Amino acid sequence: MLNKIYDWVDERLDITPMWRDIADHEVPEHVNPAHHFSAFVYCFGGLTFFVTVIQILSGMFLTMYYVPDIENAWRSVYYLQNEVAFGVIVRGMHHWGASLVIVMLFLHTLRVFFTGAYKKPRELNWVVGVLIFFVMLGLGFTGYLLPWDMKALFATKVGIEIAASTPLIGEQIRTLLAGDANILGAQTLTRFFAIHVFFLPGALLGLMAAHFIMIRKQGISGPL
Amino acid sequence: MHRGKGMKFVGDSRVPANRKPNIPKDYSEFPGKTEAFWPNFLLKEWLVGAVFLIGYLSLTVAHEPPLEKIADPTDAGYIPLPDWYFLFLYQLLKYDFASGPYNVVGAFVIPGIAFGALLLAPFIDRGPERRPGKRPLATGFMLLGVAATIFLTWESVAYHDWDTQRSQGEIVADVEVDTEAPGYLVYQEQGCIGCHGDSLEGGGAAPGIIGTEHTPEEIADIAVNGIGNMPADLFQGSEEELQELAEFVSEVSNQ
Repeated sequence: MLNKIYDWVDERLDITPMWRDIADHEVPEHVNPAHHFSAFVYCFGGLTFFVTVIQILSGMFLTMYYVPDIENAWRSVYYLQNEVAFGVIVRGMHHWGASLVIVMLFLHTLRVFFTGAYKKPRELNWVVGVLIFFVMLGLGFTGYLLPWDMKALFATKVGIEIAASTPLIGEQIRTLLAGDANILGAQTLTRFFAIHVFFLPGALLGLMAAHFIMIRKQGISGPL
Repeated sequence: MHRGKGMKFVGDSRVPANRKPNIPKDYSEFPGKTEAFWPNFLLKEWLVGAVFLIGYLSLTVAHEPPLEKIADPTDAGYIPLPDWYFLFLYQLLKYDFASGPYNVVGAFVIPGIAFGALLLAPFIDRGPERRPGKRPLATGFMLLGVAATIFLTWESVAYHDWDTQRSQGEIVADVEVDTEAPGYLVYQEQGCIGCHGDSLEGGGAAPGIIGTEHTPEEIADIAVNGIGNMPADLFQGSEEELQELAEFVSEVSNQ
């Protein structure tokens, strides 16, 4: 039955080459922890992706309750955490996942750096990877404001002050992020929500697609 | 790949009509103990993922995600602290050479050089050598960067007032405070309101009073003799006023 469905789709869309690219490729001995235990350092990239998937899923569930406005943002988070069944688990996974993804990214970056895997011909993939790191830090920064509690407001104030001290274009950056030259309030919250939920995840998905396509195209770097 | 004349397509599409069988490659001919990604290696990856997920969920269950009280932009005493992964940047801005008139150095020049070098590492470290020991400059600078990040984070954590951090944002129950009560007028006149807030909810300089469950005698003692960071002799009124204040505050503190 499944084979028939596969053949039916394959006849029309020729999916076998795609399947080959995604699933049917070799895993060399030197990255396989089953052969060399020290190769567990090659797991960090995959675990980063795993946490990212959890972040996207838990974030999708959070938006089912979250209201991005200064009157209700905190109340919706409080309600989610205290009244909704397993709401505290969903928010907890998103909260701790944000830290874990930074940890795993950091370890993955160190692994790639110290194995010299960014050398020719993989320079571009390294650059894309560092851009993913920047986007993740941006997601951490913008996500922090959304619960609209004391920590959120005042930490963001400091962050925006730092951004506003940029030479030449500081004030423009402040207005772009906060929505106003002086006030950090309702506008800022909706902007950070939009950046956190639409702009940065969009950039992240594009960069991750580029990252993975380049890995498949070039293969993993050889043993040291 | 078949090209040119004689190609057959499915209907009027661009999909070639002749199918290739979906048989996996034979990895036994590859050098080393190579394994197929699907499904052999993916299964092992899932096992690693499952172990990781157990740790992740344990962390989530053991530590509720923090939520402080609703944002109050008027509370000027609040000391903000960013998430732990920004602490090293935050700490950098506290040193004399990177703050005040040199703010640009701490906020842009130093992080800019560090992150710029990270981004452009493949174009700076261009030699063919991959082993860390064979490229001492790259390895050295990376270790320096990691050590600096860890040191700055540690400095930031070690010199932070965590007790204030915990108490300043605590969620306090919404309690009806009778602002007409004689005790509240004393609370206002004696300046208690300046630190403990107009609903006794506390602020950056002083903890909230609601829920602390003090007796009137204890309140009177604290108002006269101080407690913790609160200095003595803040209360300057009469015995009668002290009694009114103590009873009023004690009542609120037991809510």
